[in-house]
Amino acid sequence: MSDTRAPRLLRLALWAATAFAAVLIPFYLDAFWLMAGLFAMSAAVGAIGLNLVTGATGQLSMGHAFFLAVGAYTYVYLSSESSGHLSGLGLPTGVAAIGAIIAAGLAGGLFSPISARLKGAYLGIATFALIFLGQHVMHNAEPITGGYNGRAVPPLNLFGFSFSDTPELVVLGIPFGALERLWYLAVILLVLAAWFAKGVLTGRPGLAMNTIRDHETAAGVMGVPVARYRAGVFVLSSMYAGLAGVMLALVFQRTVPDYFGIILALDYLAMIVIGGLGSVGGAVLGAALVTLLPQILTRYSDSLPLVAQPGTGGGGFSPAEAARILYGSVVVAVVLFLPAGLLGLAQRVRQRLSGSLPHPSTPTRSAP
Amino acid sequence: MTHFAELLLNGISMGSVYALIALGFVIIFKASEVVNFAHASLLLVGGFLIAELHDDIGFWPAVLAGAAGAALTAAFVEFAIIRRSRAHHSVLAIVTIGIDIILATELTRRIGTQVMAMGDPWGDSVVHLGPVSIAETRIVALIVAACLIGTFLLAFKYTGWGVAMRAAAEDHETAALMGVRLSRVSLSAWAVAGALAAVAALFLAVFPTPGLDRTTGLIALKAFPAAILGGLDSTTGALVGGLVIGVTEALMSGYQGEMAFLGRGIGDVAPFLVMIIVLLIRPAGLFGTRELTRV
Repeated sequence: MSDTRAPRLLRLALWAATAFAAVLIPFYLDAFWLMAGLFAMSAAVGAIGLNLVTGATGQLSMGHAFFLAVGAYTYVYLSSESSGHLSGLGLPTGVAAIGAIIAAGLAGGLFSPISARLKGAYLGIATFALIFLGQHVMHNAEPITGGYNGRAVPPLNLFGFSFSDTPELVVLGIPFGALERLWYLAVILLVLAAWFAKGVLTGRPGLAMNTIRDHETAAGVMGVPVARYRAGVFVLSSMYAGLAGVMLALVFQRTVPDYFGIILALDYLAMIVIGGLGSVGGAVLGAALVTLLPQILTRYSDSLPLVAQPGTGGGGFSPAEAARILYGSVVVAVVLFLPAGLLGLAQRVRQRLSGSLPHPSTPTRSAP
Repeated sequence: MTHFAELLLNGISMGSVYALIALGFVIIFKASEVVNFAHASLLLVGGFLIAELHDDIGFWPAVLAGAAGAALTAAFVEFAIIRRSRAHHSVLAIVTIGIDIILATELTRRIGTQVMAMGDPWGDSVVHLGPVSIAETRIVALIVAACLIGTFLLAFKYTGWGVAMRAAAEDHETAALMGVRLSRVSLSAWAVAGALAAVAALFLAVFPTPGLDRTTGLIALKAFPAAILGGLDSTTGALVGGLVIGVTEALMSGYQGEMAFLGRGIGDVAPFLVMIIVLLIRPAGLFGTRELTRV
């Protein structure tokens, strides 16, 4: 009996430590790392959404960056006041954030004639088209998007509490600026997003989604409305992307079209593959790796071989390039050697350590 | 009217180049059931080799070297990665995205901000056919693409290699039982697709385009909608899809002034728009095999 209780205690301790760290980090880390952490958490929310549709339901979506853009730009449009040639609705920022998530969901819903009927490469390239269409709209609909230069993002203001540098706020001798305040908001949003996705995945919808992924016809025979599920999951994933878009916009404080391009869409796919397809933890792990890797390489570029410092030119790789090549290789290696991603590797190591080999009937890795 | 004829001719020529890329995409899919998202990067490998080598060894040897280089890279990807993996096809598509990230990053780093000349003998000369004038490179592109596609289709129909490829596409297991070596079929399909992409790269980067730069890979992405709207498993579809995309793009760009409400640069997104419209009506593309399961 004791050996089942010990891992549970260990797990509880691990969670407590994580929560403790999440609370304490703004008191100790500088702005650079806070920023990096905020990016990672926003990306994690988006990656959880993508993992619902691509990992759990097996619907390849290469257009996730488009829905991030819908979220970010809708928030800006709804919350800004009209000024000059830029228009805006000037709604309260909290309402604007919720509106942005709904707008992203609507965009996903409008795409449902395609997302419900198509699968595999067809859907992949159809969603890929969204990126190009999105870029076109962002560059051309200047009154709404600000065109090439983008738009400034109004800071979020909830119940009179502003997530910006003013008014000044000092907690335990540490000045709390926009980053520190946003940190806690991001932690809460990430926990909520992960909790909800976990509920979806472990409940009946999750079972249905996995069956659609593994055998579409079997799913239909068992009474799963395949097309409706595909469309629904796509909408849900778009809403996650919308939330992630709002979070990113708040951290960046500016939205520019070029950010939401192909590279971003591919990054998100890399995240879920590296972390582990179809699981919430995998998405978070992958998002942290893919977003933090370039930052870490930038920070320590002078002490790494082959990596040149940014701006020096020369023959070496810039940190961003090195990071991309690194995680491109990781994607390939993970699919070849660790079909369940890094999270699957961690689970296997834990099982090996505790000496309890899984029952043969429990699936530990995806079927070949 | 002259303007229209010019646009149409240009569109058909570009369309034949897109068809070359889409054809490679389709044969890879037919032979190994993998959707190769790294195709644009393979194309960039070929183009980069041509641009790099033409000064030292002359233009024609450089084209051969570029085609060989892209073919070898593609074959290596198949041999070292695709063949080793036991993962599902949809996951393999994500592997090719990983490969694409690696290749594209390395190539754009090497190309940097330069615009590389291809060293082609046609230069910027223009041919006049009555009132219609068109760049010589476009005519050559059309002829070369037509020859390559014709040769490929004949080989596909009449040679042992083509029969093996079609058998493998029809039914993997039965083909293997009949003595078709699936691994070889798949390897050769990747190599042929790489070589075709390299030739396409040449024509994407010659006049009136200033040369090969880091965005050439992006232009090649328009061949994806070509393959999809024709139907991923149909060679005819790739040809028709390529032409549809090429002509639409040329006409939309040419009449941009009349369609100002659609915004600047509508020609670049037109291929994707057309694809989405086709997919709404025919989810398997124009010539693709419809997969039907009734429950």
